[in-house]
Amino acid sequence: MNDRELEPAPDQKGTPASPDVRRTRGLSQRLRQPLSSQPEAAAAPKTHLVAEPLSGKAASAPAAVPVGAPPSPAMAAETQQISGKSQVAYEGLLSAGVQLQGRYKILGVIGIGGMGAVYKAQDLRFPGVLRLCAVKEMISTASDPQVRQMIVRNFEREASILATLGHPAIPQVYDYFTEGSRCYLVLEFVTGKDLEARLAEAEGFFPEAVVADWAIQLCEVLSYLHNHKPRPIIFRDLKPSNIMLDDHNRIRLVDFGIAKLFQSGEKGTMIGTEGYSPPEQYRGIAEPRGDIYALGATLHHLLSKQDPRLEPPFSFHERPIHKTNPTVSRELVEVINKALEYDINKRWGSAEEFRRALAGSLSIKIGSGSLGDKTTTFDTGVVKPLWKFACEDEIRGSVTVADGLVFVPSYDHNVYALAEDNGKFVWKYPTEGGIASKPWVSEGMVVFGSTDKVVYAVDAKSGRLLWTVPTQGRVFSSPYGELGHIFIGSDDHQIYAIHQLSGRRAWTYVADGEIRSRPLVAESLILFACQMGTVYALGLNREPRWRFRARRAFLASPVMYNGLVFIGSLDNNFYALDARSGWAAWKYRSGGSIVSTAAVWKNMVFFGSGDGSVYALDTDDGRIVWRYQTENQITGAASIAEGNLYIGGVDGNLYCFDALTGAVRWRYQTDGPITGAPQIADGVVYIGSADHYVYAIPM
Amino acid sequence: MWNDGGCMADIKTWLRNIFSKSARREQVESAAESLFKKPDIASVEGAAAEPKPASTAQARRVWEASGVFSVGWGTDVGRVRDHNEDALFVLTGEQEASSAAPPFGLFMLADGMGGHQSGEIASALALRVAASSLLSRVYFPLVDVSDRGADQPSLTDVVREAISQANRVVTRDYPGSGSTLTCAMILGDRLFMGHVGDSRAYLLRIGQPARQLTKDHSLVNRLMEMGQLTEEEAAVHPQRNVLYRAIGQGATLEVDVFTYALEPGDRLLLCSDGLWGMVDEAEIWHLIQDAPTPQQACVQLVAAANAAGGNDNISVVLVETWHERSQGV
Repeated sequence: MNDRELEPAPDQKGTPASPDVRRTRGLSQRLRQPLSSQPEAAAAPKTHLVAEPLSGKAASAPAAVPVGAPPSPAMAAETQQISGKSQVAYEGLLSAGVQLQGRYKILGVIGIGGMGAVYKAQDLRFPGVLRLCAVKEMISTASDPQVRQMIVRNFEREASILATLGHPAIPQVYDYFTEGSRCYLVLEFVTGKDLEARLAEAEGFFPEAVVADWAIQLCEVLSYLHNHKPRPIIFRDLKPSNIMLDDHNRIRLVDFGIAKLFQSGEKGTMIGTEGYSPPEQYRGIAEPRGDIYALGATLHHLLSKQDPRLEPPFSFHERPIHKTNPTVSRELVEVINKALEYDINKRWGSAEEFRRALAGSLSIKIGSGSLGDKTTTFDTGVVKPLWKFACEDEIRGSVTVADGLVFVPSYDHNVYALAEDNGKFVWKYPTEGGIASKPWVSEGMVVFGSTDKVVYAVDAKSGRLLWTVPTQGRVFSSPYGELGHIFIGSDDHQIYAIHQLSGRRAWTYVADGEIRSRPLVAESLILFACQMGTVYALGLNREPRWRFRARRAFLASPVMYNGLVFIGSLDNNFYALDARSGWAAWKYRSGGSIVSTAAVWKNMVFFGSGDGSVYALDTDDGRIVWRYQTENQITGAASIAEGNLYIGGVDGNLYCFDALTGAVRWRYQTDGPITGAPQIADGVVYIGSADHYVYAIPM
Repeated sequence: MWNDGGCMADIKTWLRNIFSKSARREQVESAAESLFKKPDIASVEGAAAEPKPASTAQARRVWEASGVFSVGWGTDVGRVRDHNEDALFVLTGEQEASSAAPPFGLFMLADGMGGHQSGEIASALALRVAASSLLSRVYFPLVDVSDRGADQPSLTDVVREAISQANRVVTRDYPGSGSTLTCAMILGDRLFMGHVGDSRAYLLRIGQPARQLTKDHSLVNRLMEMGQLTEEEAAVHPQRNVLYRAIGQGATLEVDVFTYALEPGDRLLLCSDGLWGMVDEAEIWHLIQDAPTPQQACVQLVAAANAAGGNDNISVVLVETWHERSQGV
């Protein structure tokens, strides 16, 4: 009410201090089922005042709802039940027939709150007619009689101020009186329903224009209150349950914070976080712009149906209206967002300003575009390759760049060596089968496999053959070199360990399916995946450590970071496996097959999926950091360089993203699907495409 | 309350403090060998028993067998409350075998919220339901020889579900009650945490400042995040204990779950606000570093909280891990 009067404490639903009531849950309203006519239950009602739940429903209502003649059948039943009973539901609850001040005859209970009840009563001053009124009862729980006296004095002062208000949205105060430690306010009886009840009943969303109209009415009454002389009246408790819509569809404000006087202010009593209160209220600051925030919060709830009491406190910015109701116009959303600024100085400066902005947004034609549509324009004309080289068939594998040469595996049976700076042909090595294998280059050797079942090692400079290792199946797998050995898989279900310099076959291990992706040697484990959907972890002595089975094949290669093995499967899942135990630390289900290898950088892992999205997930918990939706499957492997993510898709596009934010830097169109991993060296991106070309594109 | 491995823990602590953060197992081992003839594992219980001379090989076996985890814990009603509504759970399981499951540890702390709605029942129940779920879904399959598969949920999912299950049971059986729940599960060298409320988990790594791993789900913490309150204001705010997420407050609950790679020598501290709200962090680290064993550290921490006023129940679990990142050939 009067900002001078009330303690600088936020909405305290009182419980008398008991040493045990150390902490109550903030959002205790969750427990209660919102009844159509029942506003929120009092938090942790622990006083002797509050009734046992009547007829199985949480009958406790806050001091907030004084009015509403049986708005619903359920309510009516309850009222009747109470009036039908001769005993009281709590000690001191007035039963029907009781008269107060010899004038107000209690007809029934409309609601019960932490402070007392609200009754429907008849004013007997008007004989022969049924003059109805609402009688709001407030009972002080303070133990100290001096405190009680002070509360009564404050009440009387507040009631007087209330009685001087005259506004269509504010129910008239007819009378007030005190009986013992109980204070009573006699008010105009309003029939209708509060907005919380309406929200609970509504199927779907309220029309935007209706809510905007309510908002304007509310701004008008707030303006009236804030401009009150000699002191502005701050409502301080604006929320859907305090806003009634009467039978003429006019907004009526109920429950001015007068009830707050009756709440125990003792330290340590923990009361709920009220989702509509502005942050500065918790610092003891109460001023008119706090009501503007509360109105913004109320409108947010009414439009989006997201109840702020059930959400983390002050999370409006993370839960925009559009998240649940994308139909609301952008203009209205922006007006409401400004009211919801946490910084009090950034909000609308007055209710009048807010009202004008609301009226303005109404007059703008309701926008058709939904917020969140980020249309990015690509300047594909800007991105030009430095050179490109044509093979005679698709390039499905990844190229390798080393020692000034680009090594390109092609389905035309050859591995090409091209000059890095201009793409000029240096040599090629022909095999008898297509090459999907990414060449491994080290010690002046280029190692790769071919679908002609052979693993080759050729001299990097000249292309001269050094050694071969035959297998019994086609080799799609890419080799991995470590500890002086080459590890490569074959369709014959085996993984081969080959001594790199000599080409001597050291050992093989038999898996249950074809091994088509690249093995990994890291943290003393040999990791590889096979077509039967199994990931194997062997010790360096070939001893099996663990196996992990997915439901479908693995075409991607495992990557390791910080003790986690990342690999996506054709079963749509992306797995993070604990390297020690093989257990999935977390997994993420995408909408499509994951065929390509991921990349890891700065606690994020990146991959593409058949659902068309490029994903960036947090490595600690598998949550999305960002996600970019394209129109076609992302089939390429991911590569990171200098804060950029490069990844290609089935439509031939090579994307360059800002790895931290997911913003698209550029996109280059090739004419065939991209399945390999882009290689970045000296500021140039090298990528092969199924359109037979290998491209060198500046970063 | 005696911890087995107390002697060894003494030595390890002392040696660790000598070596830098890259203390390697071999260095520690050889230093231990030359400095201390380890007692027979069977006599560790009685600290005063005379150590028998042991061969190097035997010493090595004993060192390995005394385990990866060294745990201390303690709980105290404090000076103001009349009963203790905190609850703790500690379990470790290790194997020594040619093919062994990785070491396993489950450490949980729950702080029940007061009122005649039985805070201590809520915290105890939450703990047991979550522990039961995790042991049956993680520990027993781990001990048993079984393959990992996509048909099993991931470990973060299992932790999330265990805490959600605890929440459902407490909400159903004791509506109106509430508890925090902070759960740390260690599998090998990986930590999985699940958390709701304002009890805390901290990681103390050799050579690095201590790090709070969990986020307080309290109103004042949110206000601090927003810059609306300073830490000093939050510490004395009348609503500093209001939580927006807790066990027992409704059927749906969002649980914070994440995983973290551990290094040898890492210490994990779980504590209720009866500790962190009363003793400042610098003193907490100081007491932990100075104490010869985790158990003694816990005794000191509880005493410090009481000395500062003991306004609330005090609970603390301190875990030291010595698991190597890679097994080696």
